[in-house]
Amino acid sequence: MSGHRSLVAPAVISVIALIAAACAPDDEEAAPEEFSPGPLGAVTVAPDDPIMIGVIQAISGDTASLGVDQVRAIDLAIADRGGELLGHPVETQVEDDACLAEGGTTAAQALVANPQVMGVLGTSCSGAAVPAMEILAETGIATISGSNTSPALTSDLEGTQGAANQPGYFRTSHNDVVQGQAAAEFAFTELGAQRAATIHDGDPYTEGLATAFGTSFTELGGEVVLATAISKGDTDMRPVLTEVAAATPDIVFFPIFQPEADFIVQQAKDFPALAETQKMMGADGLLSDTFVVIPQTEGMYFSGPATPTGSAYEDFVAAYQAEFGEAPIQAFHAHSYDAANMLMDAVEEVAVEEDDGTLQIDRQALMDQLYATEDFEGLTGTLTCDEFGDCADPKIDIVQNTAEQQTIDQVRGNVLFTFEPGE
Amino acid sequence: MAETPLAPKGPLAARRVLQLPLVDGFLWVVRISAVVVIVVGAYNSLTSGRLSGQQWRDLIVFGIAQGSIYGLIALGYSMVYGVLRFINFAHGEVFMIGAMTGYYVSSALSGTALWRSAPFAGLFVVLLCCMTMSALVALGLERIAYRPLRGKPRLIPFITAIGASFFLQYTVATLFGVDVKAYPAVPVLDGSISVGGFRILRVHLLVIVAAVVMMIALYFYIEKTRAGRAMRAVAEDQETARLMGIDVDRTIARVFAVGGAMAGAAGLLFGLVFQNVNFFSGFLPGIKAFTSAVLGGIGNILGAMVGGLTLGSVESLGPSLVLSGLDIPAAHQLKDVVAFSALVLVLIFRPTGILGERVGGERG
Repeated sequence: MSGHRSLVAPAVISVIALIAAACAPDDEEAAPEEFSPGPLGAVTVAPDDPIMIGVIQAISGDTASLGVDQVRAIDLAIADRGGELLGHPVETQVEDDACLAEGGTTAAQALVANPQVMGVLGTSCSGAAVPAMEILAETGIATISGSNTSPALTSDLEGTQGAANQPGYFRTSHNDVVQGQAAAEFAFTELGAQRAATIHDGDPYTEGLATAFGTSFTELGGEVVLATAISKGDTDMRPVLTEVAAATPDIVFFPIFQPEADFIVQQAKDFPALAETQKMMGADGLLSDTFVVIPQTEGMYFSGPATPTGSAYEDFVAAYQAEFGEAPIQAFHAHSYDAANMLMDAVEEVAVEEDDGTLQIDRQALMDQLYATEDFEGLTGTLTCDEFGDCADPKIDIVQNTAEQQTIDQVRGNVLFTFEPGE
Repeated sequence: MAETPLAPKGPLAARRVLQLPLVDGFLWVVRISAVVVIVVGAYNSLTSGRLSGQQWRDLIVFGIAQGSIYGLIALGYSMVYGVLRFINFAHGEVFMIGAMTGYYVSSALSGTALWRSAPFAGLFVVLLCCMTMSALVALGLERIAYRPLRGKPRLIPFITAIGASFFLQYTVATLFGVDVKAYPAVPVLDGSISVGGFRILRVHLLVIVAAVVMMIALYFYIEKTRAGRAMRAVAEDQETARLMGIDVDRTIARVFAVGGAMAGAAGLLFGLVFQNVNFFSGFLPGIKAFTSAVLGGIGNILGAMVGGLTLGSVESLGPSLVLSGLDIPAAHQLKDVVAFSALVLVLIFRPTGILGERVGGERG
C-alpha cells in the first residue's frame, strides 16, 4: 500500500507542472525571447549549473603530448573568461582518445551519454575523429578540432565533400591539402625539384598528405616518379629505398612518424642517390625533439603549421608558461585555444536566457552560428568557416634542420618559406 | 570421386585430372596460378629496366642479411620444438632482451679506449654479454614458466608462453622505458665493400659472417659433442633417453640456453644493422623467425637457417620483383603479405617445409 501512496505525490506534482508548463506561454505572451528547441533539441542549463564542454584529446600513449598541449590551451581559454560564460561556470569533461579509432568511439559515447554536453573540442588525431564524429553528429553536438588535418574530414577545398565529413564538424587547424601545396610549392619553386618521390605508411594522415603533395607537385609541372608506402612496424627500409633511389628523385617527401622515419634516414645514407639529406623532407609528425637529434636529419626540410606571431600569442605563451611551468609542447595549442573561444563566442550568441536564469542552447542554432563564423580574430589568424567546417587561416612553414639548431624549438624557428593559400 | 567405378575415357593424363578430388584440384589451381603470377611479375620487372643489375644484386644482399638474423632467431624456435613439440612464443622477447643488452653494453663501452683502438674486440665483448643475458633469460623462462607444466596438455605451456612474452615485454618497458634506444655509431662498420660485383655493406658482411660461424659451431655442437647427442636423443624419444641415463631436465634446459644465446647474438646484430631498439622490437622479428622455422622445416636446425634466408630474400625481392611487375602500387607496403604468402605457398608445395620436419616420435 505504501508503494501506491508514494506514487501519488509525484503524480500530483507532475500534473501541476504540466498544467503550469502549458499555461506558461500564455502568461508570458509578450516575452520577446520565447524558446522552442530546434530539430536537434537543446541543452538546458539550470540556474547556477555549469555549462559543460566535452573534450576529446589524446592524453595517453605515444601522442600524449599532442593532446595534453591542447587540453591546457582549452583550460587557459576558459580561465581567460574568468571561468564563466553568461553567468554560468564553464566545466570540461575530458575523454582520452589515445589517438586511436577505438578511443574516438569510446570517448564520443561517453560524451553523448551526458545530455549537458553542449559542444566538443577535439579530437587530436584524424583517425579518432572519423568514428567519433559519426556518434557526435547523430546527437547533433557541434565539434571543433584544433589538430585534425585529414582532407577526408572536411573537403578537398575545391568543393568536393570528404568521405568522413559530418554536419557539425569544424576545425581550426589546416587542411592537409594546404600543407601538401606548401611542401610541393617549396620543393618545386624554391628547391627547383623536378622529380619527387613520396612514402606514406597507410595512416589516413600520412596517406592524405602524401597524396596532396603529389597532386600539387604535378599541378606545378613536376613529376611524381614514385608514390610508394611502407607499413608501420617495418625496420628494413633498404628494399624500398632501393626503389626510391632507382627513380632518381630530386626530393623525397615522407610525412610519416617515428620510428619508421628514423630507419629511413639512417638507412638512406648508404644510397649514393639519397645520401644528400637536402633531398629529404618530412612533415609536422616528425618535428619532435627525438627525431631532429638524429645526425642524418641534418639538412632535412620539414613542413608544419606556422607558429603564430603577435602580442596576443606572446601573452598566451606567457600565461601557459606561468600556469604549467614549461613552454607549449606541441604545435596545435593556439588552434585549440581559438577553437574553444569560437565555441564559447557562438554560445554567447545563440543561448537564450530565461527569466529564472535558465539557459537554453539550441544545438541546431549553435551549429548554424559556427558555420556562419566570419573574420573571427584568433591567435592563429582570421578564421572564416566554409560549408564543410574548415575554419583555419592556414599558414604553413617550411623549416630546415641544420647544424646550428639543437632543439626542436630552434628548428621550428628556422623558417625558410611560409605558405598561405591564395597568394 | 576417386572411387568412381567408370573411369572416363581419353588419354591417361586427362583421366588422372578428372579423378582428382576437389581439394587436390583446387590446390593444383593455386600452385599453377602462383607460378604464373611469379613468372609474369618477374618477367615484367626484369624487362622494364626499372632497377639496374647492381640494384637487383643489392636487394639480394639485403635479403640475405635480414634472413641471417631471422635464421639465428629461428634456431631457438626450431630446437625447442624439436625437443618439446611446443612453440616458445616468448622467444622473440629473448631476442629483444639481447638487443637491449647490446644497447646498454655498447653505450657503456663506446667512450672507452678499447672501442676506438680495437672495435672488433669491443663488439666481441658486447656479443658475449648479449648471448649470456639472453641465455639466462631463456633458462629462467624454462625453469619458472615451462618446467612446472611439463607433461600437461600442450595448450597449457603454449598459453603460458604467450603470457611470458607479455610479461617480458612490459617488464622491460617498465624498467627501461618505452622510448626508442639508439645504438652508438660503430665507425668501422660504416661503408661497403665489393665482392664479385656484389656491393655489401660492412655491417651486413658482419651479420652474414657471424651467422655462418654460429651456424657451423652449433652444427658441430649438436652432431659431435656428448651434450649434442643427448639433445638429439631427447628429441627422438624422451622416455628412452631417460632410461639410457640422460638427464632429460638438464638437456632441455641446455636447449633453451643455446637457443637463447643464438637469439641474443641475433639481437646484437639487429641492433647494429638498424641502430634502434625498443621494448616491442622482438614481436615482429619473432613472428618472422617462427615463420622461417616452419618454412625451412620445424625441428630441423639447417632448415631454420635455410628458412630464414628464404624469408629474408622473399621479403626483400618479392615486392620489387613480383608485385611491381604486376603494376601494384606501393608494393613495399605489402612486404609482410608477400612473406606470409610465401609461407602458404611453400607449405602447399612441400607441407613439411623446404628441408622437411625433423621431429621424432609423436608429431606436434
